Order: sequence, then C-alpha cells, then structure tokens
Amino acid sequence: MPFLVLDRLTKHFGAQIAVDNVSLAVEKGEFISLLGPSGCGKTTTLQMIAGFVRPTSGAITLEDKDLLAIKPNQRGLGIVFQSYALFPHMTAAENVAFGLEMQGIDREERRRRVTEALELVGLSAFADRYPRKMSGGQQQRVALARALVIRPQILLLDEPLSNLDAKLREDMQIELRQIQRTVGTTTILVTHDQAEAMALSDRIVVMNQGRVEQIGPPHETYERPATAFVASFLGKTNQIEAEVAPGGGRASLGSVTWPIPPHHEGRVVLSIRPEKIGFADPGNGALTGTVKTRIFQGNHWLYQVDTAGGLITVIRQNSGEKVPAEGEIVGIAWNASDMGVRAVRGAMA
Amino acid sequence: MTPAGVKTGLDSSRPSLAPYLLSLPVFLLFVSIVLIPIVMTVLLSFHDWGQYKGIEPVFILKNWREIWSDSYFHEMFARTFRIAIAVTVLTALFGAPEAYILNRMRSPWRGIFLLIILGPLLISVVARTLGWALLFGGNSGVVNKALMNLGLISSPTPFMFTETGVIVALTHVLMPYMVLAVWASLQRLDPQIENAAVSLGASQFTILRRIVLPQVIPGILSGAIIVFALAASAFATPAIIGGRRLKVASTLAYDEFLNTLNWPLGAAVATLLLLALIFIIVISNRLVERRYGEMMQ
Repeated sequence: MPFLVLDRLTKHFGAQIAVDNVSLAVEKGEFISLLGPSGCGKTTTLQMIAGFVRPTSGAITLEDKDLLAIKPNQRGLGIVFQSYALFPHMTAAENVAFGLEMQGIDREERRRRVTEALELVGLSAFADRYPRKMSGGQQQRVALARALVIRPQILLLDEPLSNLDAKLREDMQIELRQIQRTVGTTTILVTHDQAEAMALSDRIVVMNQGRVEQIGPPHETYERPATAFVASFLGKTNQIEAEVAPGGGRASLGSVTWPIPPHHEGRVVLSIRPEKIGFADPGNGALTGTVKTRIFQGNHWLYQVDTAGGLITVIRQNSGEKVPAEGEIVGIAWNASDMGVRAVRGAMA
Repeated sequence: MTPAGVKTGLDSSRPSLAPYLLSLPVFLLFVSIVLIPIVMTVLLSFHDWGQYKGIEPVFILKNWREIWSDSYFHEMFARTFRIAIAVTVLTALFGAPEAYILNRMRSPWRGIFLLIILGPLLISVVARTLGWALLFGGNSGVVNKALMNLGLISSPTPFMFTETGVIVALTHVLMPYMVLAVWASLQRLDPQIENAAVSLGASQFTILRRIVLPQVIPGILSGAIIVFALAASAFATPAIIGGRRLKVASTLAYDEFLNTLNWPLGAAVATLLLLALIFIIVISNRLVERRYGEMMQ
C-alpha cells in the first residue's frame, strides 16, 4: 500500500487550470521530485499537500487517512520554503524549537532534539545566531533542521536550493540526499532544475501545464522520455524528422535509413541524445553534414553539425580521440537502440 | 568648470569641495529658518520681563526658576506628557490591529480602506478637531447621547475642556501615523513565514502573538515615537478641545507670547518642551536600536 496518494488532484484558479488531474502514489521513504517549468503546477500541488491551497477536486490520502480533512496546522508535515521563511526574531535554536513547542514537548526533550537537529545539519556552533547573521546556505540548513525536528511524516521542499549559488547548490544537493537517507523521511521536492531532480530523486514526476507528463526513475526518464515535452525538457535532444520507408520497419532521410519498430507509418520524429552520437566517415550509411561550430567545454566538446535533418548537436568526451575542425565534412552515427521514435504529432510508441 | 576641475572633483584621494558647495544653499536655509530661531528662543528664555518695562535683554534665570518652583507648570507639563503617553498607547492599541487587518484585505478593499484611513491627513487638523468639538459639544452632544443609549454611561460625561476629550481627538488625528508605520513593517514580512508557522502546528492566535507581533514591534515603536512627539507638541487640538481651561505646554507658550506678552517665560516653556522631547526621543530610539538592532539591522 502506497504511503501518500494523490488521486486525480485538480485545482482551478478562476478560468485557469493550475493542476489538472494529477495522480501519484508515493512509497514510504521515497524521494520524489516534481519537475517542470515555472507555472506547470508543481508548487500548487505541493501547497495542496501542505494545506495552504484547497484542491478544486480530487483526494489526498496519507496512510489511508484523508489528508484534506485535517487542518494545515495539524498535518505534521515538514516544509522548507524557497525563501527559507525563518522567524527573523528568533535564533537558529529557537527557530528549530518552535515546532516542538507547538507539540507541547517538555523543555529537556526539546533541548536535546534541537541540539540533535542542528548537529545533523552541521550547525551546532550557530545555535544562538539570528538568521540575518547567517549565510544563505546556513539559513537553508536551519530551515531544514526546523522541518525535520518535528519528525514529519513527509518532508516537502519547495525550490529549496534555488537561492544558492551554483557551487553551494551542488554541495547542498549531496548533503540533502545524505540527510534524507539518514533520516529516511519520505520527501517531495519541487524544482525547475532538472540536474537537481536527477541528482536527488528516486523518481521524477515531470509536469507541464498542470498535467503529469511522465513518472519514473531519473535514468529511465532521461533515457526513455515518454513525450516530446519530456525529451526536450530533460537534457538536450536532437529531433530529426524522417519518412517511414514503404513496407515499414525503417525510417529514411535521403539515402540514410534507420531501423524502427514496424508499426510506424507516414512521418516520424527520431530523437537522439547529443552524447550518444559518434563521428564516422562520411557516406557509408552515416548521416553526412558540415561541422558548423565547435566549442571546447573542459571535459567535453560541443559540436553543431549542419545536416539534411537540420542542426544536430553532438557532445564528445575530451578523451583524446580525433577532433573534427569547423567546416570539415563528417558523418554522424548512433546505435538504433539509443534512438527514440514517435509519430510526428503524438506520444511515443 | 574646467576639465581639470572636473578631474579633481572625481579624485577620491583628495577631498572635494563640490558636495559641500552643492549642499550649501539648503544648509543656509536650514540655519536661517530653523537653527537661528531656536537659538534666539533659547536666548530669549534668559531675558527679563516686567508688566511695564517689557523685555530686558539681560541674562537671568528668573523664568527657569519660576517653571522649576511653581507647581502650576509642573502640573501643566505632567498633563502634556500624560496626554501624549495616553495617545501613544491608544494609537498603538488601535492602529496596529488596524494595519494588520488592512494588510490582510484583498484589493480593491485594501486600497479603499487605506484611503479612508489616510484621507483625513489631507484635511486640516483644525477642521478635524472642530468636527470632534461638534460631536462632543455639551451634555446633549452626539457622543454622549450615543454612549448613554448604548448603556455604557448613565449620565453625560464632559468631553469638552477635559483631558479625555483632548486624548480622544488627538488619538484620532494622529492614528494615520501609527497605521502607516506598522503597515510599512508588515509589508516587509515574508508571507511564507506565516505558512511556515502553520506547518509547524501553530494556531492563528499563536502566529499573531509569537510570529507577527514580534516582527512588527519595531514598526509600532517607531510609530509610537512619531505619535508621542506630535502629541506632546500638538497645538490646534488641545487649543480647541482643551481651550483656556485645560492648558498643555504648547498652548501655554502660545498664551504667554500672545496674551500675557511675557515672551521670555513663553520661550522658557517652549525650550523646555523641546529639550524634553529630544531627550525622550533620543533615549527611546537608543533603546529600540539596542533591543532590535541585531535582529532587524
């Protein structure tokens, strides 16, 4: 039995549909990311779980209990906000202690658990500091400690890392993951950052325009995007339009052909990740094109190759192999198994 | 200015005259219409005055000694600050919740009610106070009738020429300043903070008391300082509602200047009021900053 279940959750703001029929089952201890561009309904979904927004229709159950029937201040969920929302007139320790105080936990136990929580996030030395005297990363940790100390059934993270600079964000990602593994709290993260979602989650829920596009483990979602939106939103993808050869089973672009599942007909879109493409000699069944730009990016090279199928992005590791120059005519090729195929408009087969 | 001159002006290692020259006009204006009159008033308070000899430009402490020893002045200063404190407390008690409610309203109501609260600032204090005089007027005044009909009082309470009347009218007149100060500090609150408190299990009342109130206290205190200063030095309202019978420092100074023509004594009263206000404001500002400086910066 799943731990947390969202059942056909829908929210309308006037005529606008913010969340449209979202269903999701979360297992206990799982780390789930709601990923999507801004305005996709991920934050509204989180706020409905938290109780700050009432759904128009649908149900949320937590361990088979109706969560919507419980007042927001009785739900016992830990939330970390984008702005951290620390109480500025309280020290770090007082911030962390607030939730325990509300639960009526006695002073001794409170002190013990606050110390424990601050230790968990590595802020023992900052217990008596006011939030304004702390860096963004430290405030972030206080907010996390404050949410975890009440031993919430679910931890909700609303874009918690988006106010941190890139370096700190990476460190916090690793730390956040470790803390979540240690504590084992079921966690739902809302983010627009695909790298963050992939680094942290057990499963990713990709959302767009209020609807769920795909739910799956990060690697699988990246490798086998279910829709055109997921393919373009998660990482870079080349999309090549091709014709299904008479008789089916093959897609062709000029003289180049690729094997495809037999049920396609008419025109199809082939999608292939830039890092799955290799260089080959021109001709010989490889797609031929001219290297238009070549950019060195440290651990890899980024190419744009002008072909009959449009501009194709190619990423090659900086592994010492031969590097084609700009203007050079090259062939590009990939394994058919790395390639996604779908009808011109519609979902993938 | 020559190019060389411009260069000198931008050279940070050498102090430039330009900022001083540019602020000179306003500095002269300030000196001539604020500082000089104050210094002259202070000097005037040390001069002598007689019914027949008029003002004598000598240096004596007669006026100060009179204020110091005559219980009439003690009572009058005590009344001035009693009124100012009562008005400050009342504006805080009513103004802070008013600002909070206002802040939680949705548009268009928020704009409409803000206008209603701030609108009176556009009307002359004299007009607003005369309005209160009409409401208070006599035993059969509107306020008395209303209070008696509500059963809050059994016989008419005198409002005109009493401290109560002055306090009520001044509280109304100065309320917008408190509402604005609290409103400004409410605007700075992160709306997610209340949600954070909710998620930690706090009730609405707890949120108000433990989360919102402590954060707007600096706003309430700065509003209180403004209201206190304005109430202690208010002239029009005490003059109309208090009249001759109920004098405060400012109306007394006015009477000494314009009726008794004892300018030096009036100057001494005015100077004392100014010094007392500066003292109180500086001290309370210090206290506010020491208490909340670290937290609010």
